[in-house]
Amino acid sequence: MEKHVLVVFPHPDDEAFSTAGLMIQHTNQGIPVTYACATLGEMGRNMGNPFFATRETLPEIRKKELRDACAVMGIRDLRMLGFRDKTLEFENQELLIKTIGEVIDETNPSLVITHYPGYGIHPDHDACGAATVQAVRLIPEEKRPKLYCLPITRDREEVLGEPDVRIDVSDVIDRKIEALKAHRSQTEGMVRKIESEVGNPNSEILNWLSQEVFWIYNFNSEDNEG
Amino acid sequence: MKQINSREVQEVLEGFTGKEVFLHLETTNGAYAAQDKEKRAVGAYIRNAKITILNAMIKGNGPFRIGLKTNDGWVYAEGLTDWEVDVKDRLLIAGHDAEGKLAVALQISITPFK
Repeated sequence: MEKHVLVVFPHPDDEAFSTAGLMIQHTNQGIPVTYACATLGEMGRNMGNPFFATRETLPEIRKKELRDACAVMGIRDLRMLGFRDKTLEFENQELLIKTIGEVIDETNPSLVITHYPGYGIHPDHDACGAATVQAVRLIPEEKRPKLYCLPITRDREEVLGEPDVRIDVSDVIDRKIEALKAHRSQTEGMVRKIESEVGNPNSEILNWLSQEVFWIYNFNSEDNEG
Repeated sequence: MKQINSREVQEVLEGFTGKEVFLHLETTNGAYAAQDKEKRAVGAYIRNAKITILNAMIKGNGPFRIGLKTNDGWVYAEGLTDWEVDVKDRLLIAGHDAEGKLAVALQISITPFK
């Protein structure tokens, strides 16, 4: 049983697709969950379907959507880290690591979740994941929290093997869909499809959402390779 | 935003001519295009470039093109579909694809974008 879960992703809605179920299961048990979101997704391409946001209104809209999604997931500790979308890999990496490190120090999590660096597709995913891995690496080994990493490349299993952790979140799928729905500007089209398939046991998208998978980051094997 | 009416946009553009303005110019097909072997993620953006507009024109029958002749060179965008003047008197112009996703944006403001 976890003591405190810390999730670190770069964009509002990253959490809803991949870890909302895990987060809801934990807040349901009264376990505190912190979501540190590095940017506001200011440069997102999705503007709603049909579109209702502009490049200039999108940050405030996504900030509200993020707050609403956290409310759905029972998350009381949301940290907006204030970086800008699409810039994380160009930021001062020490600043990024320090900012994430401070959240780790303060929340003292037993489990940290982030994107698997190098397998994130979006450069922000890779940069945020790499900074989080580094921030955890700086913690003395005996005090390090567990680190679940999320690769999203299509060839992830070929390269990294089977996931180390598979979590069935079908018990909280309704609330996970509500969390996705909260990110309306980004998910509207997809949510319509999801809702039309609710109750269908062969729905590919529902089966995908009902299971959350992670790879445990192994600092030692990396040291060996390095 | 509403569909571009080129006559109305032309009038607003002319209000910026001869002035030093801040420009946001962007094009993107999204980071996830990198997943597709047939494509690659392509995009660029510049936020708060300071330019002085000498001459500004919108052309085409939709999607539209805009060219800004500046004191030192040119600014160009194509694929533009929708526009508005926002509450801060900034001219926001975007090109949305069939799914409503933003593919290109050209924005002009007297004050810097946040």
